[in-house]
Amino acid sequence: MLLEVQGLTSHYGRIQALKGVDLAIAEGELVALVGANGAGKTTLLRTLSGVQPATGGSIAYAGCDITRLVPHRRVRLGIAQVPEGRQVFGPMSVEDNLRLGAFTGSRQTVEADLEAQYTRFPILKERRAQAAGTLSGGQQQMLAIARALMARPKLLLLDEPSMGLAPLITQQILAAVRSFRDDGMTVFLVEQNAFAALTIADRGYVMETGRIVLHGPARDLLADDDVKRAYLGV
Amino acid sequence: MAEFLQFFFSGITVGAVYAMVALGFTIIYNASEVINFAQGEFVMIGGMTSVFLLSAGLPLPLAIALAVAIAVAVGIALNVLAIEPARGASVVTLIIITIGASILLRGLAQIVFDRQFHTLPAFSGETPITIGGAALQPQALWVLGGALVVVLALGWFFTRTLMGKAMRATAHNRLAAQLAGINVRFVLMLSFALSAAIGAVAGVLVTPITLTSYDAGAMLALKGFAAAILGGMGSAAGAVAGGLLVGIAEAMGAGYISSDYKDAVAFVIILLVLFFLPRGLFGGKSVERV
Repeated sequence: MLLEVQGLTSHYGRIQALKGVDLAIAEGELVALVGANGAGKTTLLRTLSGVQPATGGSIAYAGCDITRLVPHRRVRLGIAQVPEGRQVFGPMSVEDNLRLGAFTGSRQTVEADLEAQYTRFPILKERRAQAAGTLSGGQQQMLAIARALMARPKLLLLDEPSMGLAPLITQQILAAVRSFRDDGMTVFLVEQNAFAALTIADRGYVMETGRIVLHGPARDLLADDDVKRAYLGV
Repeated sequence: MAEFLQFFFSGITVGAVYAMVALGFTIIYNASEVINFAQGEFVMIGGMTSVFLLSAGLPLPLAIALAVAIAVAVGIALNVLAIEPARGASVVTLIIITIGASILLRGLAQIVFDRQFHTLPAFSGETPITIGGAALQPQALWVLGGALVVVLALGWFFTRTLMGKAMRATAHNRLAAQLAGINVRFVLMLSFALSAAIGAVAGVLVTPITLTSYDAGAMLALKGFAAAILGGMGSAAGAVAGGLLVGIAEAMGAGYISSDYKDAVAFVIILLVLFFLPRGLFGGKSVERV
C-alpha cells in the first residue's frame, strides 16, 4: 500500500472533524472520496498533507510513518495537493506559480517540467505572464493542478477540483485526472460530485460526519442503493 | 527657497531611515502578520555595535559588517526564542511579545554598551555640499544611497529569486505555500534575519548624523510604524513612500512650526491615517477573482 491511514482523528478546538478514519490506497490507483458538505473530506486531505494536525491514529506513506511530519517534508516525499478553492498565488504570474510548485524539486528538471505542463494546458502557456488571480475559475483550477504536478508527485491529492466550474470544464478536468492515473500516478480525489468522481475512479470511499461508512470498487458504489439515494440524487 | 531645500534635504535623509525601518516592519508583517516592535532595536544594535567595535580598534568596514551580522543573529534569536515557541498564539499576543523583546534588548544594550550618546565618524568627511543655497552633508548621501541599494536589492530578491518569490507566496497564501513544499517556518526566520539586517544598515548609516544610544530604537520604531501605516501595512512601495513622507513632514513641521513638535508629527500622521485612510496609500488593492 502506498498510503495507509489507521484510526486517524483530528480536531478543530473541541470539535472533532475526523473520528477515526481508516483507508488504504495502492500504488497506481485512482481512489475517490465522496460525501456531503462538512463530512470531513477536506480535513482528511489537509491532515494527509500535514497542514492540519492529527490528534490520533497514524498515516503511513510508502511504509514510513509520516503522522507528525511537517508539510514541506511530505511534499519532498512525493505527496502533492491541489487544495480546495484552487488557492493560486493571485498577484503572481502563472509561470511563477508553476515554478513555486517545483520549490522542492531539482533545478535541472524545472524547465522541462514547465514545458510539459504548458503542453498539457496550452492556455497556461498563453497566459504565463499574467497574474494568476485574473484567470477564470477553470483556468485557475488547471493552474492549481499544474502547480501540484510541478512537484513531481507520486501521490496526488485533489480537493474538489470541479467546484464552481461549468460542466464542460469539469469534464475536461476529470479527464485530465483520469489521464494522470493512466500515466501511473496514484490519485486520491475528493469530490462532492459523487457521480463524476466514481465514474472515473477505480475504488471509492464514502464519508459521513468524520467516518468512512462505505467503501468498495467504484462500479459497485455507483450501483449501491444507499449511495444512489444519498449522493447521486437518483 | 534655500530654507525649504534645507528642510527637504534633512527630511528625505531621516525619511530614508524611516523607510528602511518601515521595510523591516513590512517584511515581518507579510511573513507572519506580526508587527515587530523590536524593529527599532535592530537599528540601535547596528549603530551601537559598530561604535563599540570601532573603538575596540576594528577598522570601520569590518566593524559595520560585524554589527550587521550581530543584528541578524539577534533577529534570528528573537524569532527562535520568542516568536516560534508561541506559534499558534494570536497575533496580538505575538505583538506584545515583540514589545517585551524590545524592552529586553534596550535593557541588555544598557548593560553591554552604556547609557551615553555615541556617534561614528562620517564615512566621507563632513564638508557639506551646497545645492541651491542649502547644505547637504556627505553622510546624507550615504544614507540615501544606502536606502536605494537596500530597496533595489530587496526588489531583486523578491521578484527574481525563487526564495524571494516563496516569501511573497507565503505572505499571500500560507496554506498554498505549505502545500507547494515551502518551509514557512524558514520563511519566518528569514524575514526576521532580513529585517534585522536592513535595520542595522539603517542604524550604521544614520549614526554619524543623529547619534545613537541604547534607547534610540523606540522612537525610530514608532516613526517607522507611522511610515508603514501611511504607506499601507504590507506594501513595500508604501513603506518607502511612507518613510520619505513622514521624514519630510517631520522636517517641515520642525522647520516651519517648531522643533518642539518634531516628534508629534509622526503621531499626528498615525492618527490621521487611521481615521481617514485606514488602508494607507498603497494598501488594500486586490486583483483576485474567486
